Amino acid sequence: MTATEPAPSEADSERHFERYFEDVIARDQRIEPRDWLPEAYRKTMIRQIAQHAHSEIIGMQPEGNWITRAPSLRRKAILLAKVQDEAGHGLYLYSAAETLGGDRDDLTEKLISGRQKYSSIFNYPTLSFADVGVIGWLVDGAAICNQVPLCRSSYGPYARAMIRICKEESFHQRQGYELLMTMMTGTEAQREMVQDAVNRYWWPSLMMFGPPDDDSPNTAQSMAWKIKRHTNDELRQRFVDMTVPQAEALGVTLPDPDLSWNADRGHYDFGAIDWDELKQVISGGGPCNTERVERRRAAHEDGAWVREAAAAHARKQQQRKEVAA
Amino acid sequence: MTGEWPLYEVFVRGKRGLNHVHVGSLRAADDDMALHNARDLYTRRNEGVSIWVVKAADIAASSPDEKDPFFAPSGDKVYRHPTFYDIPENVPHM
Repeated sequence: MTATEPAPSEADSERHFERYFEDVIARDQRIEPRDWLPEAYRKTMIRQIAQHAHSEIIGMQPEGNWITRAPSLRRKAILLAKVQDEAGHGLYLYSAAETLGGDRDDLTEKLISGRQKYSSIFNYPTLSFADVGVIGWLVDGAAICNQVPLCRSSYGPYARAMIRICKEESFHQRQGYELLMTMMTGTEAQREMVQDAVNRYWWPSLMMFGPPDDDSPNTAQSMAWKIKRHTNDELRQRFVDMTVPQAEALGVTLPDPDLSWNADRGHYDFGAIDWDELKQVISGGGPCNTERVERRRAAHEDGAWVREAAAAHARKQQQRKEVAA
Repeated sequence: MTGEWPLYEVFVRGKRGLNHVHVGSLRAADDDMALHNARDLYTRRNEGVSIWVVKAADIAASSPDEKDPFFAPSGDKVYRHPTFYDIPENVPHM
């Protein structure tokens, strides 16, 4: 054939695919790999999934910090399993990102060069073993609030990864709460450790839901694409409402004098969040940003020889097989 | 460097009597490592009794671009379904 074929067919098929994409979203079905996607949807989805994957991977560090110093074999086994889960969650998510053409090496490179972000919460230090419990209760509790609606995200592989992750997060939250209950029945010093950890982690946990709705420019598009199902403020309120009775049952005080039940709204009111702190931590100025990224970089670089050796071994085995055949 | 490690798709049989089901993917240097990584990644809580791994590059898949024509042959054959046939209500066990 010569190049005289009429060109409009391409534009027509583009419109056809776009209608198909919009129709799938409107009918609340899932977008699957190899479907035609608007480029902006692909980019947003890769960025969101990568940022989530990075959070799981970096999230291994604050708690990993306590594995060697866990107070009993039982707590050590639990903590090891939990940190291993975080690695697993990161890998489910990198796997989902790859279905959109995101390359794993490239994503890791973007994380360790600071071009992609991860959850602000992991830039806070874990100063005592009570922090392990509070991270399970509050941080994983907030993550569950965020993630349960993502099980219905419009992008199929992401939604399926979230289903697996949510099931496992439930273990994370419960082990944390149980750990804290144990400490609360201990000595006065142990109770103080728990209260101190709650004081330090309460506000950063509320910040995990992101900026307030009137300062969250991407929310509208993400909701239209059904990547996101609820606004940041809706999820934050849900988390506060769930957590207050849990704090009461535990016997700790949430460090907010403005926290009170509002019968008219049917929700708890809570005090103003320090958004400047969130901005500062997100932009690299948190207490542990440098340490976390450097640790990840060192692990990646120290592991290079293992990856190379495994690849060389695989090549050699392949060659032997070919010679034998 | 995982660029040198091919992408594998992972299929897990949840229990005897069920088909293997696709659960996700991973990177590994060879088949052996892919199986071990699949066990550690996708069956940490007894989710499987058997695992298949296959290089993603070896999978042939239908393309969404040809969605309508590719599946068209089954679209107009309603007579393949049992509900196509009217059977009087007084005929038992059918």
